Amino acid sequence: MADLVSIDRINKWHGSLHALRDVSLAVAPHERLVICGPSGSGKSTLLRCINGLETYDSGEVIVDGTRLTNDSRTALGVRREVGMVFQSFNLFPHMTVLENCVLAPIWVRNTPRLEAEELARSYLDRVHVGAQAGKYPGQLSGGEQQRVAIARALCMAPKIMLFDEPTSALDPEMINEVLDIIVGLADTGMTMVCVTHEMAFARRVADRIVFMDRGEIIEQGPPAEIFDAPRTDRLKAFLSSILKDLR
Amino acid sequence: MALDAEVAAGAARRGAAPRVARKSHFRMQVWATWLVLALLLAWGCRALQLDFGYVAQKLPFLLGLRLGPDGFIQGAVLTLFVTAVSMVCALGIAMITAAGRLSDNPVAFALATFYASLFRGTPLLVQVLIIYLALPQVGVVLGGLTSGLIALSLNYGAYLAETIRSGMMAIPLGQREAAMALSLPRWLIIWKVTGPQALRLIIPPAGALFVSMLKDSALVSILGLWELNFLAQSYARASFRYMEMLLAAALIYWALSIVFEIVQFRLERRFGRGVAVAARR
Repeated sequence: MADLVSIDRINKWHGSLHALRDVSLAVAPHERLVICGPSGSGKSTLLRCINGLETYDSGEVIVDGTRLTNDSRTALGVRREVGMVFQSFNLFPHMTVLENCVLAPIWVRNTPRLEAEELARSYLDRVHVGAQAGKYPGQLSGGEQQRVAIARALCMAPKIMLFDEPTSALDPEMINEVLDIIVGLADTGMTMVCVTHEMAFARRVADRIVFMDRGEIIEQGPPAEIFDAPRTDRLKAFLSSILKDLR
Repeated sequence: MALDAEVAAGAARRGAAPRVARKSHFRMQVWATWLVLALLLAWGCRALQLDFGYVAQKLPFLLGLRLGPDGFIQGAVLTLFVTAVSMVCALGIAMITAAGRLSDNPVAFALATFYASLFRGTPLLVQVLIIYLALPQVGVVLGGLTSGLIALSLNYGAYLAETIRSGMMAIPLGQREAAMALSLPRWLIIWKVTGPQALRLIIPPAGALFVSMLKDSALVSILGLWELNFLAQSYARASFRYMEMLLAAALIYWALSIVFEIVQFRLERRFGRGVAVAARR
């Protein structure tokens, strides 16, 4: 089957900083990819190139058969099929949970309101916040907000889901309730790319782990290889720095 | 049953009941103080030995309940008309200017900043006079009403543009990105996501601007418009009842301002919904 995402040697500069160096990456349908690496390694930038939130200076990004250019119309088309969950939730605070979820289906997919609400409620139930549908985001805990954000993205029936450090802004006791939802989603066969520092989660859910450092992909492979048999010094150093607490 | 007890316990824990009581107590003291101050003011006016009969006789004209000799609206009604029309025009001008201010296009940015700087940097009175008295010199003759409306709209549009711009800029970038990630087009993001959130921030300063505009509309009296201030001055001059007429005009302006403030308060509450419930948590 054709790759859902194919990134070919993209480069990006933030001023003089070379944020992405010749990065190539392909994501097959139903694949679950985890991107990890130290902060500032370009993981989020790479992720945001997949739905055009970030532009790139050279190379090529093709998502679901559409080549992403700087023309905003191509980005609109791609974003219809790509859901995204942010570190800081980014729910719309002036709308109720349900309104957050039906906004895009109604305006972008032209789904009738009743149908959109029914769909939204089913997704909200699936992430265990169905009872909060009438509340405003400010009334929910961080974990609940992030689960709503996942439901909101799912309401667009995306072909691929992007997670940008979905648990980094959460209190420790709420991290698992969000990770459990993502694991459940992975089990349904959803294609996903997740930037995270949660290594136990990565090992459990990922088909492939991509390790980035200083704008480059240093190493990639199945979790067993990455965690148990790292080949490069940079990955070894990274793993020992984050796994120190666990030993 | 168990649930009720839990809810009640929760309310007590958060101190919900005492807070409500404290709030209403506060409000009562505010009203009482206002009442005392209003009575003091009324007593002061009485001590001035004003001719209330004359005020009562001229009040319908000041309020604009009767048409002027030229068959046009006058008094407070004309003041409100000038303010309302200028408000709508200023709002339109301000939105376009704010868009220019936020634009990546250097020409749009320059046009917006040039206009805002020019009209914020010159006195409203001078602008009114240039439009009404100086433009005829180059062949542009505008009526008093048109001149007044144009001057007020352009002047307040410049201020309001800055208010709108600052409101839009205060919305976190993440809001726009989340909306973009949902594939919402640009206009819809402004209409549904960033705009309504910015409005909550824009309404209080914009409300203050409109109250200020209501009072600055008195400036157009120099264009021969029979609005509230003009009528008050003419009646005063004719009868030497300056104190009566000017105090009456001031009170009417004040009453209108209070109505504006109430509308502003209502709008603030309407657009602050998500924030208000979050604060109560």
